Amino acid sequence: MNGGDGGEVTAAPPAGPPPPLEWKFSQVFGERTAGEEVQEVDIISAIEFDKTGDHLATGDRGGRVVLFERTDMKEHGGSRRDIERMDYPVSRHPEFRYKTEFQSHEPEFDYLKSLEIEEKINKIRWCQTANGALFLLSTNDKTIKFWKVQEKKVKKISEMNIDPSKVVGNGSASSSTVSSSPKPYLANGAYPDRSYSCLNNDMTFPPGGIPSLRLPVVVTSTETSLVARCRRVYAHAHDYHINSISNNSDGETFISADDLRINLWNLEISNQSFNIVDVKPANMEDLTEVITSAEFHPTHCNMLAYSSSKGSIRLIDLRQSALCDSHSKLFEEQEAPGSRSFFTEIIASISDIKFAKDGRYILSRDYMTLKLWDINMDSGPVATFQVHEYLRPKLCDLYENDSIFDKFECCLSGDGLRVATGSYSNLFRVFGCATGSTEAATLEASKNPMRRQVQTPTRPSRSLSSSITRVVRRGAESPGVDANGNSFDFTTKLLHLAWHPVENSIACAAANSLYMYYA
Amino acid sequence: MAMIDEPLYPIAVLIDELKNEDIQLRLNSIRRLSTIARALGEERTRKELIPFLSENNDDDDEVLLAMAEELGVFVPYVGGVEHANVLLPPLEGLCSVEETCVRDKAVESLCRIGSQMREADLLEFFIPLVKRLAAGEWFTARVSSCGLFHIAYPSASETLRNELRTIYSQLCQDDMPMVRRAAATNLGKFAATVEPAHLKTDIMSMFEDLTQDDQDSVRLLAVEDCAALGKHLEPQDCVAHILPVIVNFSQDKSWRVRYMVANQLYELCEAVGPEATRTDLVPAYVRLLRDNEAEVRIAAAGKVTKFCRILSPELAVQHVLPCVKELSSDSSQHVRSALASVIMGMAPVLGKDATIEQLLPIFLSLLKDEFPDVRLNIISKLDQVNQVIGIDLLSQSLLPAIVELAEDRHWRVRLAIIEYIPLLASQLGVGFFDDKLGALCMQWLKDKVFSIRDAAATNVKRLAEEFGPEWAMQHIIPQVLDMINDPHYLYRMTILHAISLLAPVMGSEVTCSKLLPVIVETAKDRVPNIKFNVAKVLQSLVPIVDQPVVEKTIRPCLVELSEDPDVDVRYFANQGLQAIEQVMMSS
Repeated sequence: MNGGDGGEVTAAPPAGPPPPLEWKFSQVFGERTAGEEVQEVDIISAIEFDKTGDHLATGDRGGRVVLFERTDMKEHGGSRRDIERMDYPVSRHPEFRYKTEFQSHEPEFDYLKSLEIEEKINKIRWCQTANGALFLLSTNDKTIKFWKVQEKKVKKISEMNIDPSKVVGNGSASSSTVSSSPKPYLANGAYPDRSYSCLNNDMTFPPGGIPSLRLPVVVTSTETSLVARCRRVYAHAHDYHINSISNNSDGETFISADDLRINLWNLEISNQSFNIVDVKPANMEDLTEVITSAEFHPTHCNMLAYSSSKGSIRLIDLRQSALCDSHSKLFEEQEAPGSRSFFTEIIASISDIKFAKDGRYILSRDYMTLKLWDINMDSGPVATFQVHEYLRPKLCDLYENDSIFDKFECCLSGDGLRVATGSYSNLFRVFGCATGSTEAATLEASKNPMRRQVQTPTRPSRSLSSSITRVVRRGAESPGVDANGNSFDFTTKLLHLAWHPVENSIACAAANSLYMYYA
Repeated sequence: MAMIDEPLYPIAVLIDELKNEDIQLRLNSIRRLSTIARALGEERTRKELIPFLSENNDDDDEVLLAMAEELGVFVPYVGGVEHANVLLPPLEGLCSVEETCVRDKAVESLCRIGSQMREADLLEFFIPLVKRLAAGEWFTARVSSCGLFHIAYPSASETLRNELRTIYSQLCQDDMPMVRRAAATNLGKFAATVEPAHLKTDIMSMFEDLTQDDQDSVRLLAVEDCAALGKHLEPQDCVAHILPVIVNFSQDKSWRVRYMVANQLYELCEAVGPEATRTDLVPAYVRLLRDNEAEVRIAAAGKVTKFCRILSPELAVQHVLPCVKELSSDSSQHVRSALASVIMGMAPVLGKDATIEQLLPIFLSLLKDEFPDVRLNIISKLDQVNQVIGIDLLSQSLLPAIVELAEDRHWRVRLAIIEYIPLLASQLGVGFFDDKLGALCMQWLKDKVFSIRDAAATNVKRLAEEFGPEWAMQHIIPQVLDMINDPHYLYRMTILHAISLLAPVMGSEVTCSKLLPVIVETAKDRVPNIKFNVAKVLQSLVPIVDQPVVEKTIRPCLVELSEDPDVDVRYFANQGLQAIEQVMMSS
């Protein structure tokens, strides 16, 4: 553990809500050295913890998926369950190590539409583990893939009936290292020249069998290798770009959402999916609203929510009908009269939604705010957190350089007490959402996350004028952050982040680097 | 390395290829596992081959699937039933792989082996295996265990039976929905083996749990259990315990559950008996027919006839028929289509008067439906229509529909109707056919779409078969031969194809007198494609016509074509000539 204790906690915790967290740097993967240029393909485009929090997956623009595994619990021996049962003091924080990586998607070209299909991983979702293997879904703009990652013991064949070296001249002899040269057998597996016809069932063998024949001897070594295999490919179901995938709690289905449609798949059936939401108007000129994100309820298999570019969240009930074009609940905030401007609709667009673990709350992120909704209350959000209100005067610039269309993700802590989302200048913000909580922290994705809040004389251009280290006024910006407007760097944006499912630990992506923090 | 005798070489390779890197070769070896077993002998199969397979169960799914299948029929190769238990370990391993189809096959094979095993062996090996799987760490093993209880249970002792029931009830409440689904799927099978006393208590309480599951996917599988359990319960218990569940399910919040009820309706009616069907299920069914969700109505509409058969005609007319009327103008074409495919069967149930009065208007409106599938579904059941309303009425209303379909702008619709023409012809008889449909059949030969022309040629042949050569001589051959002079070569090609199909049906005489001259004439066509097709047709005629004709007509024509400037024509002409030579040689 190193670094990251620059922040002093000054705000005294109120009696009711949990005390504010003190965030510390934990780890960084793929840290950039000074002056190093970031390769476009290395930029992380998706982050996801699995359900237990023992694994973390990232996807990048180069179509790769990188897996990390937790290391801080395994050292104590015993099974994971035992440790969890033990009243083990949580003095250690989650630490991860690189596990493996694989190429999930490759660049493709759609010849019918003359469109390039990027390999960029848009979303990763973990599936149910089985038999010690990890399963996950990854998607780019068009194609979803189901991956199995498993440790395999290296096996070698040591003995055979026929010495492979002696039959090389025979062409199609078996050997443990078969070449990949054109296969000498026919498609059905029968040999064209060396016929098996003598092996028909009429062939008689002595009753005791033939002693000279033996089975290949397989030696299992202690070496293991991680193998990632693509088990299924769910393709050709989306006309537009896929923005979300989400597993159902029933363990057998998942959804994929693009700009206009949401499809329902069975994990085991890759050649067929059902369209459950279709917002495409008959005439594309009437299009006013697109789907931006969709997620299944964490426990109710029949419920899912999707967000739109107009800032609304719709809850649909799959039980009602096969095609769920009519929502069962609509969550949207009435705009304040008179406040409408050219940008109102653009900044209202929701870039990400997440269900809280208990399924009661939905967190949404639009350009300016984080909003927390109670699914039992559709009149308005139960809480709104200003993420970068200070940018409001600059919307024009942001529009011109397209930054206003950046899609920031959001996440909730496993206990549902806090929410987090990213911002510019590699900053991310954490808010307390328990009743009465005033927690609001701004952190920088660097080895010193609290740098933002303290005077850092070494880097005056980024210094903050305010001396308070933690902003205690709920929902307010730290007033000094934008004292110097151009200290915000719109090219370094922190779009992707994920909260560990059971501990206060956040993984976030700054360009090609994965930073991990704990509290 | 062992020295392998020459005759053993193939089998040695086969064995080695169990571990080849090429999946096709491994697959091939696994499929011939029985050969390998016989070569090794029973004892070494038990002691070496089976353990070898148990250890090597991390192969590709295709290989594992083949292995699971082979092991199911492996009892003879390990030394018969008394050694069947050695097959359990490899299959147990396969029961917990994550690929569903492999697990299902392994379970199937285990059931097959288990049903042959001796009682003592079942107790010693099979039941412990079931218990191990049911307590498996991963859900995959627990899913598989659900499908094995019905084999294990009958031979178990009283205490063991109690234990098995308890385990099964735990599986019904497993954390994983996958396991609960498997438990729901297999409950009927398991219930069939359970003693009536426990059936009423234990099994019914598991069933109740499943029917109240939060997951739709579990509840909808419980619908099937209703029918399965109903078979094993006393009628009064069935009415008391199953019927309320069915009625509840038919009003479930989830359309998928209601869909299952609609789909299983007939089986459910059988389960509860005719009395309860009349009193309780008729209202439930009527609700399903009027369900908000089109998918449910589709399923319900498809069961109209079967359901009405269990009812008295009065009840059917009173309750179901009004719904059927509504469905015939349903907003969903798929509902109308499902209705159209079964509605004919209602006629015998309702009797002639009710049919003419009530059903005929529905039938006619479906026949005029804007959606081709609906019309096609009606037409495909024409024999039933004919019996009910008679040919005159039928032809009046049917013909416009057919003509319309025959000219539909979707070629698949035209294709579908062409495929029905021979059936129609046989049902309607020659007279009707000649008047109305003959012209259409010829028209299709000149369709813009190849598939239609191709189907039209086959259709002409099938008509000739149906009505006989004499009829064809009058109504088909002249018209077809007429078209050989069409200016478009693709149409001429269609005719050539039709001729080649007709020739075997018409027989040698007609072929020689009518068809052959036309073909020979066509050999002078200016388009090479026609010419080489002539060569092909000529070749196909060789076995049909007599020897002298071959020598006198076919051979000279082919010889001429074999000197054609076009290479393809020469090729096919030579093929034809070779075929003639072969026939000569063999005769």
